[in-house]
Amino acid sequence: MSSHRFRLTRRALLSGAAGTATLAVTPQIFSPAIAQGAPLKVGLMLPYTGTFAKLGQFIDNGFRLYVEQQGGKLGGREIAFVQLDDESKPEAATDNMNRLVTRDKVDLVLGTVHSGVAMAMVKVARDTNSLLIIPNAGANDATGPQCAPNIFRTSFSNWQTTYPAGKVLFDAGIKNVATITWRYTAGAEMIGAFKENFEKLGGKVVEDLTVPFPEVEFQALLTRIATLKPDAVFSFFAGGGAVKFVKDYAAAGLNKTIPLYGAGFLTDGTIAAQGEAANGIKTTLHYADNLDNPANVAFLKAFKDKTKLDGDIYAVQGYDAGALLDIGLKAVGGDAGARDKMIAAMGAAKIDSPRGPLSFNKAHNPIQNIYLREVKNGRNEMVKIAQAAVDDPARGCKLS
Amino acid sequence: MDLATFGVQLLNALQYGMVLFLVASGLTLVFGILGVINLAHGAFYMLGAYLAYGIAAATGSFWLALIGGVAIAFVVGLLLENVFIKRLYGRDHLAQVLLSFGLILVLDEVRQLLFGKDVHSVAPPQGFGGTIQLTDNLSYSVYRLAICVFCLAMAAAIFYVIQRTKIGMIVRAGAENREMTRALGISFDTVNRYVFAVGIAMAALGGIVVSPVSTVFPGMGDSMLILSFVVVVLGGIGSITGAAIGALLIGLTDTFGKVFFPSVSSILIYVLMAAVLLWRPNGILGRREV
Repeated sequence: MSSHRFRLTRRALLSGAAGTATLAVTPQIFSPAIAQGAPLKVGLMLPYTGTFAKLGQFIDNGFRLYVEQQGGKLGGREIAFVQLDDESKPEAATDNMNRLVTRDKVDLVLGTVHSGVAMAMVKVARDTNSLLIIPNAGANDATGPQCAPNIFRTSFSNWQTTYPAGKVLFDAGIKNVATITWRYTAGAEMIGAFKENFEKLGGKVVEDLTVPFPEVEFQALLTRIATLKPDAVFSFFAGGGAVKFVKDYAAAGLNKTIPLYGAGFLTDGTIAAQGEAANGIKTTLHYADNLDNPANVAFLKAFKDKTKLDGDIYAVQGYDAGALLDIGLKAVGGDAGARDKMIAAMGAAKIDSPRGPLSFNKAHNPIQNIYLREVKNGRNEMVKIAQAAVDDPARGCKLS
Repeated sequence: MDLATFGVQLLNALQYGMVLFLVASGLTLVFGILGVINLAHGAFYMLGAYLAYGIAAATGSFWLALIGGVAIAFVVGLLLENVFIKRLYGRDHLAQVLLSFGLILVLDEVRQLLFGKDVHSVAPPQGFGGTIQLTDNLSYSVYRLAICVFCLAMAAAIFYVIQRTKIGMIVRAGAENREMTRALGISFDTVNRYVFAVGIAMAALGGIVVSPVSTVFPGMGDSMLILSFVVVVLGGIGSITGAAIGALLIGLTDTFGKVFFPSVSSILIYVLMAAVLLWRPNGILGRREV
């Protein structure tokens, strides 16, 4: 069953910055704009419609905010945007990505949210040796077997966000856990990493419950959880599914006897709709709403001034993608043609991110703190650092 | 599985099945009587839920949202039938699919303009917010039980109208043999218009009713549309009783499938559909094409 079979099929190819409209949509037959002075073209391949539209918008805004803060220039180069709606459709991803790199001849692509789309983009980026920064999709493979020098990620790997949770639950004296997620790659990777750590420490996963993606009918499995009576439940859902799961869990009264834990996305961007049902849920993620480091305070204020909205982790991931590109371009004086030097500088980047210290491993996946957060006062408030400087093992990556 | 758990799962299955019935009955009416494949049925379900959210947020009353949402959907249904759908009667299914697919895009965009892309939730009406303790650690929301009762009442009302009233007789006759009914002097212009509007209103009603236990989100209509079609095909096109049986079968299959055969639960309802269609190619209560 395909959830997106009937979704909007609109392919919006818009120019981001005014004044570069013609530049962006006209195929450049003659010399590519590598010369100094010409704007550096950044392809924003993000979901602007569909389920992940809001996430795409926040990443887009975060990235643009960083560029604006540098006066519209990164490393001395003007930045021009080519915006493309990927609609979170894996089947169109290869064509879309090819269009950006071969027809629009962008110097770098920023994208995307959906892991299936991102993996298709990774393939094209490897084939065409294009620079790609992934600002959200967490598929382990992108910085695992499919890693490449020209591919960076400013978000997380699925493994990274939940591995520390295994220790968190074990340290809380929890011995038996039931897990529940959607039956798809992200779910398997997040639950898998939790389980890996939890069972290594001596905990036991009594049952792995799954629901077909993107189904949101949980009653049968909630009843199953009630009969299993585990010490805790560890879960991963996102978006509308996360809202419904958390509300159903509370309505079933399970939150009174079986504490609910999860990957951070369970309560990120969804708290307003979850309301009181989310209170007390503990999750792990590379961000928390009340991080009080100066970079985060400044970022949240600037983001609010620009968009009138409260910044979140997605906006941070877009913002950091801007910072990463800035570091690369500065190292080469704005000449993106000096690719090796630029990549070396980006790989060695140390960013004072709103999320805390951010650097990159050999596979170009972030090394970052993973926080334990608890839902309080309608926010994901930090309890503690679950594990500092978490480095994804980059299994299968041949880079060194 | 002990008896108490079995009972709870049975309740889950019934409740799920009845919501499916509520939504699918509108689809089977439109499909059966008008012969129109309305792919936008799920979009109206989604729009109903968003209307519930919008009206409840503006007025603070779930009941106003219920009445207002259904009324709006009904009027929209009348208008759509008058402007677009009536041109499709007798045309091949491709034209209907194209038009109703276009409607999905339009409705999605309308939703986007009016409500944005966010996920929302709707508070249950006053007095239905509580829960009932079923087992030592499992409770059931009162509103969920209310949905069961409401859907049963709706089902009874639909059966009464279809089986016991003159309008129902015309509708049944139209589904059975349209040409013959017309030859007997029944004009279908008005019947069609109201049947379509009622179908749309029922999709929206489904969305409104589930909005407090479900979540209001942009893609919610897609999977409901597919399930509704499965219900309609399973039960037999145009048969309300068939839709009720189909919906309950799917509720049972899905719920117990998830418990007993979790790894294949996603395909079980389609396996069920295939099996039923092998046994009865026109659905459980479907009539052979004349």
